[in-house]
Amino acid sequence: MMDEITSISVSKLSSLLAKKEISAVEAANAYLEKIQSLNSEIGAYISITAETALKQASEVDRLRAAGEKLSPLAGIPAGIKDNICTKGIPTTCASRMLENFKPPYNAFVVDLLEGQHAVILGKLNMDEFAMGSSNETSYFGPVKNPRDTSRVPGGSSGGSAAAVAAGLAAFALGSDTSGSIRQPAAFCGVVGLKPTYGTVSRRGLVALASSLDQIGPLTKDVKDCAMVMESIAVQDKWDATSVCHPNPEFTKGIENGVQGLKIALPKEFFAAVSDEVKNAVLAAAKQYEKLGAKVEEVSIPHLKAAHSACFVISAAEASSNLGKFDGIKFGYRAQNCSSVDDIYKLSRSQGFGKEVKRRILLGTMFLSTGYYEKYYSKSLQIRTLICNDFKNIFERYDLILTPTTPTTAYKLGEKQGDSLDIFMGDICTSSVNMAGLPALSLPCGADSQGLPVGMQLIGKAFDEQLLFRAAYAYEQNANIGQRKD
Amino acid sequence: MVSQNVLQKYEMVIGLEVHVELKTKTKIFCSCPTDFGAEPNTQCCPICAGWPGALPVLNREVLKYAIKAGIATNCKIASSTKQHRKHYFYPDLPNAYQISQFDHPLCEHGYLDIETSKGTKRIGITRIHIEEDAGKLVHLEGKGTLIDCNRGGMPLIEIVSEPDMRSAEEAKAYLQKLRAVILYTGISDCKMNEGSFRCDVNISVRKKGEKAFGVRTEIKNLNSFQFVTKAIEYEFLRHVEAIESGEPLVQETRRFDSTTGKTYSMRSKENATDYRYMPNPDLPVIEVTGEMLSSLKAEIPALPDERKKRYMEEYGLTSYAAEQIIIDRETADYFEKAAAKTDYPVLVANMILTDIARLQQPDEPVIPISPENLAKIAQMAGEGRINSKTCRLLVQELWENNADPEQVVREKGLEQISDEGILTQYAKEAISENQKSVSDYLAGKSEAFQALVGQVMKKTNGRGNPVKIQEILKRIIS
Repeated sequence: MMDEITSISVSKLSSLLAKKEISAVEAANAYLEKIQSLNSEIGAYISITAETALKQASEVDRLRAAGEKLSPLAGIPAGIKDNICTKGIPTTCASRMLENFKPPYNAFVVDLLEGQHAVILGKLNMDEFAMGSSNETSYFGPVKNPRDTSRVPGGSSGGSAAAVAAGLAAFALGSDTSGSIRQPAAFCGVVGLKPTYGTVSRRGLVALASSLDQIGPLTKDVKDCAMVMESIAVQDKWDATSVCHPNPEFTKGIENGVQGLKIALPKEFFAAVSDEVKNAVLAAAKQYEKLGAKVEEVSIPHLKAAHSACFVISAAEASSNLGKFDGIKFGYRAQNCSSVDDIYKLSRSQGFGKEVKRRILLGTMFLSTGYYEKYYSKSLQIRTLICNDFKNIFERYDLILTPTTPTTAYKLGEKQGDSLDIFMGDICTSSVNMAGLPALSLPCGADSQGLPVGMQLIGKAFDEQLLFRAAYAYEQNANIGQRKD
Repeated sequence: MVSQNVLQKYEMVIGLEVHVELKTKTKIFCSCPTDFGAEPNTQCCPICAGWPGALPVLNREVLKYAIKAGIATNCKIASSTKQHRKHYFYPDLPNAYQISQFDHPLCEHGYLDIETSKGTKRIGITRIHIEEDAGKLVHLEGKGTLIDCNRGGMPLIEIVSEPDMRSAEEAKAYLQKLRAVILYTGISDCKMNEGSFRCDVNISVRKKGEKAFGVRTEIKNLNSFQFVTKAIEYEFLRHVEAIESGEPLVQETRRFDSTTGKTYSMRSKENATDYRYMPNPDLPVIEVTGEMLSSLKAEIPALPDERKKRYMEEYGLTSYAAEQIIIDRETADYFEKAAAKTDYPVLVANMILTDIARLQQPDEPVIPISPENLAKIAQMAGEGRINSKTCRLLVQELWENNADPEQVVREKGLEQISDEGILTQYAKEAISENQKSVSDYLAGKSEAFQALVGQVMKKTNGRGNPVKIQEILKRIIS
């Protein structure tokens, strides 16, 4: 029974709960038991909030028994990436710096989920301050890929992807700055969406790069992803970059198919990936043609430049955003400091890990006099160019189809210390953040070792509906052999 | 010490940066109140205290207030403008950056006209931008340092002038005019003692006639007009002495110590922070529409210079007197009420600027005499019914007890004595009692004549018509 509950989709579980075929407490217990038995091996959770989860679940059962009309997410057990603030629950960003940090407030998305009576199972592991693509920079140790525990789950939302893949959460929230939802979704064989910039409030998300960050769902299938989005795509007046989504009924028309859609395949993306990944995505493109879409090769000339520029902007903003972690007000403070400068230097030297310090140093340089024009300004110019590249394509096409990652999941430790190689892991995803567009990664088969391959669908701004429609059409018609319900 | 002759060869070049705290109800990026003087850390929240995940949202009132400041100082208002992060580490700055504006500020290219003993002068305003204030450190003797976040996120505008001023007098006149204009718009209390109007002075010194600027120093956080004047005078001397003796001056930031009257080095340019300005990605570009501008323009009351022009045209005030009246809005309002009720508005202005100014305390600016009563005094003086000495006496008397001045004059018999017969009698007496003064006067000592006038005035109990007394005395003696 336990395995059954933890392997079914949110939509299925939701209808079972609604029909009272199982209770929310049963569902929560099933997940908590599975976490109990698997988390030490997978390392997906940093904090497990069993007690509050069961309290939330029994409240759902009480409300349902009382005949209350509940949201589809009521009683659905979920995990939250540990850079999204949860009131009174540690929010560590997988860093020593915030090891004991308990925010006195919820992120807006957490308020939304709790308001809809979702059950929060705990806080999910990640790369430290969301800086990384393998989940190996976490202060609390790496997450392992449930498909092959010798391999990385991807990152930075590695815990989120692994939890969904291993059945340790019905769905999870992650954050995506240059691929941090989509890349681990691809590595772990789940669905992940980076929404249009501004769709999901960033309030309460500990910022990495504010102009690129978006919170989004990781789910077992496409419909779940659309369902979760319907719950979290709400405008927030306390996030000045939050907007009112014009088409927030994400599940609407999901079954309408791809007949007549025009799909672009940008050649630069395919040139950057392994043959196995390339072939799997091209096979998916063929599938779309079979389903009635028109698929054509196009060019996005500024892809490589955009990827480098994304790193510059991301590091620059991170160096600014992480200034507040100075050992003065909250977070880690070094001992035996004799001056305020000592507090800054030692706390930041000891509290941050290597990758975080590397990016703060680089970001600080990018913004410094003498380098600003050369790096930061130049990157903003490139941002305009990549936006235009996408705009040109979307004048003629409805969707863009690309691989999500250059390779499938690699071995733990394989790329450690090779920052450049890890950096190239985001080549297919970062340009989307630069342009603020929505993009979804979903599984499209496996490589020769049986590891999942992810493909990425990129849409026009606020056209998530079409992404879900196209992804759902593929999912329903492809023999991808990984869905269990 | 350098001599006056040497000083004469130099001129100072002054530019001022003024921080004005806006009196919006809430802070610039959150909904914390802005009241002054609350218990430490009772007016702060995750946003203004810089907690992880907290985001700023611009208070639209701040934008409106700042635009009003721009309109009132003749600036061009940008149709779109960005907010930036200015980075530096200091414990009172919880985010390690201050949200400010870098290039393309909200307001640019304005000016103010000032009035000094040398006449009218136009001072350019380079820019006005919006920014947040930092918190405050409280140093406890022997117990360490505490942080008070109440001031963090308080809304400020920074008003930067062109380096157009050449004396401490001009700097003071500019500050007074700027403060007057801001007060008229109603966007700030401009209380220097509470820090809602703070001034930084940029000063350099060069030989008169030279075009190039000298080495510039910046004196931070001067919180009274008097300190601004003193700091400038001290710094001018210090620069001239250094130039004369060939000692190098360094570009640096200095602070003024009001107890010693001297300035001291804080940090030099070599140690200056690289602020790494970047556009704040949390805040969208601010758009200012034409409708917004015109509705804000309509909300601005008549500004000091409009009133000044009217006082000169309608009431015949001199430019200098009009400037002194308009520089304080309450005084100007008071003047207008009184001037409307008399045929002698110039006398009203004179009394306000001399007799009343003498009695006013800086911390108690309210005038207890009703404008109607001041108008009556002016009317009596204008008609020659009382002399200037009685005017002063009446102002003094009414300051304590706001009675009807006509009645006071009647009851106390203060009417001016202009009667030829009476004054001639007193003049003759004074001449015979003060023969020495008469001979001194005839020998060419004009002070002796004034002594005689005084003697006659004394005999009238101060009520004599001074013009008549002089006429009569001269007639008799010659």
